[in-house]
Amino acid sequence: MTTAVQVSKRSRRPWTPSQIVLTLLGVAVSAVFVAPIAAALFTSLKSEAEAAEIPPHWLPRTWTTQAWRALWSTGNIGNWFINSLVVSVLVTAIVLTVAALAGYGFARTEFRGKGALMGVVMSGLMISPAVLGVPLFTTVQQMGMVDTYWGMILPQCAPAAMVYILYKFFQGVPRELEEAAFIDGAGRWRVFFTIVLPLSRPSLAAVGIFTFIASWNNFLWPYMVTNNPDLMTMPNGIATVMNSYGIQWAQLMAGGLMAGLPLIVVFVFFQRQIVAGVAHTGLAGQ
Amino acid sequence: MTTNAETFVVSPRVRAATATATVRRKQGFQHGGWFIAPFMLLFVLFVIWPLLRGVYLSFTDANISGEGARFIGLDNYREALHDPMMWDALGHSAYFTLLVVPCITVLAFLLAMLAHNIERGKWLWRLCFFAPFLLPSTVAGNMWQWLFTQGIGLFNETLGIQTPWLTDKSYAMLAIVIETLWWTVGFSFLLYLAALQGIPAHLYEAAKLDGANAWHRMVHITLPMLRNITGLVIALQVLASLQLFDQAVVMFDFGTGPENSTRPFVQYTLEQGFTSYRVGYASAMSVIFFVIIAVVALARMWLLRNREESAR
Repeated sequence: MTTAVQVSKRSRRPWTPSQIVLTLLGVAVSAVFVAPIAAALFTSLKSEAEAAEIPPHWLPRTWTTQAWRALWSTGNIGNWFINSLVVSVLVTAIVLTVAALAGYGFARTEFRGKGALMGVVMSGLMISPAVLGVPLFTTVQQMGMVDTYWGMILPQCAPAAMVYILYKFFQGVPRELEEAAFIDGAGRWRVFFTIVLPLSRPSLAAVGIFTFIASWNNFLWPYMVTNNPDLMTMPNGIATVMNSYGIQWAQLMAGGLMAGLPLIVVFVFFQRQIVAGVAHTGLAGQ
Repeated sequence: MTTNAETFVVSPRVRAATATATVRRKQGFQHGGWFIAPFMLLFVLFVIWPLLRGVYLSFTDANISGEGARFIGLDNYREALHDPMMWDALGHSAYFTLLVVPCITVLAFLLAMLAHNIERGKWLWRLCFFAPFLLPSTVAGNMWQWLFTQGIGLFNETLGIQTPWLTDKSYAMLAIVIETLWWTVGFSFLLYLAALQGIPAHLYEAAKLDGANAWHRMVHITLPMLRNITGLVIALQVLASLQLFDQAVVMFDFGTGPENSTRPFVQYTLEQGFTSYRVGYASAMSVIFFVIIAVVALARMWLLRNREESAR
């Protein structure tokens, strides 16, 4: 299954009137989308007094990194950043491993009750911490994992959607490639690791990137499972701890940007893979 | 609960097959159970078990400590159906969904058409439209809370209006809708963009030869070719929107909005569970919510099947 995304090629076509109009429209709409982020950046470079001025203005009159420095010296933001990193990296690694294995198991192997199990897993598409919040919490509580890293991580590690995406992908891998290896005497596992996995790099990248984004940005589950400021992740700490001191807008915007910018930077570098990944997910979901 | 996961894994058939890692091309391969075992273990522990537990708890008066729960039959469900706050919360989530889904679908389509048809700088449009989606929900929520705050907020200032977005109940939900559009439209936009790029160019060329103008090409080629992706976008958005929580609580300081006008269903269940410690009651509401989500998902499956049949 190839993804039908064309990488933008530099075109040397002339500027027709319709292209000029469309480009101007594109610039205007982009400005609207970027404006809130730009506003947050500018505000983070104001003093707290200036950030709360009425009426507000876009650019700081006096540029200062005061809010950013205060953020580092007072809060646990460094802590939250590391927590976010640990949780997201572990969730992504676990999800990639178990979802790739399960997707392949469902796509290419036979065992009793496979159809029924697949149905059960698909029903998992409808379940999330938002749907099952309180029972999920009491389950995790019973396991003694409230206020722990694992309590934050493991419940994020059973996403039926990712299994489904990889299942669809593995179904599209030509069987002949595997058969040839079997004839040469390779076992099921060896075929999986040396032939199938290398072929699925784009799909695995898509699943990995989305899992990472979802986990980095996840608010609801960490919010439910911990209220220990030392264990909080970025989105969680910013929303709960920073808001509870009485809002200091410049600091809040600086903290928000710190939580948000890593992913935007990642997107700038991996744009092609991410766009291909969305396309791929979309094709699987149709 | 782990036994569930292991009964199928250690079934003798599977075990025998693992021992002989030989090829059985006709029958397929017998040790697939091991491939899915790790996922199933997590899935049973954190999806199936909580669901079953939720169903069980919904028939009890369990509190947060989990001790001394009594079986009370359908009382929780009966109470929920007569709880005006539950209906309010459900109404808020449904109203939000009704507002957001059509807006996101249309806006995502228009943005994709725009980005697809501009020949230069495709990466720039993609970056700009998609970037907000990469922000954590709480960060996006905080940004818009600040933009909407009367007096210090740049939203009213820039547009030259005085709308009390966060303090008047007739605007509060609209504020969440605007924030959500900005924050999440990028994902649907990328889906549409990919689908647009997947439409074979020869269709357009043939239509051009036949004298179809841009409007005809759009109505007779582009829109029909985007039907499947539109179905997917709508389905994903409905499921996500019904589960509204993050933006709504962050924009209103973890409160319930002016005159409780924005409290979504998820927030109400969590309040019952964690603030009132009524785990049984909260579980009953979770089960109700699950049924609603399942009905939506089944409706989509049913629509898809009907369409396939009528296409035959």
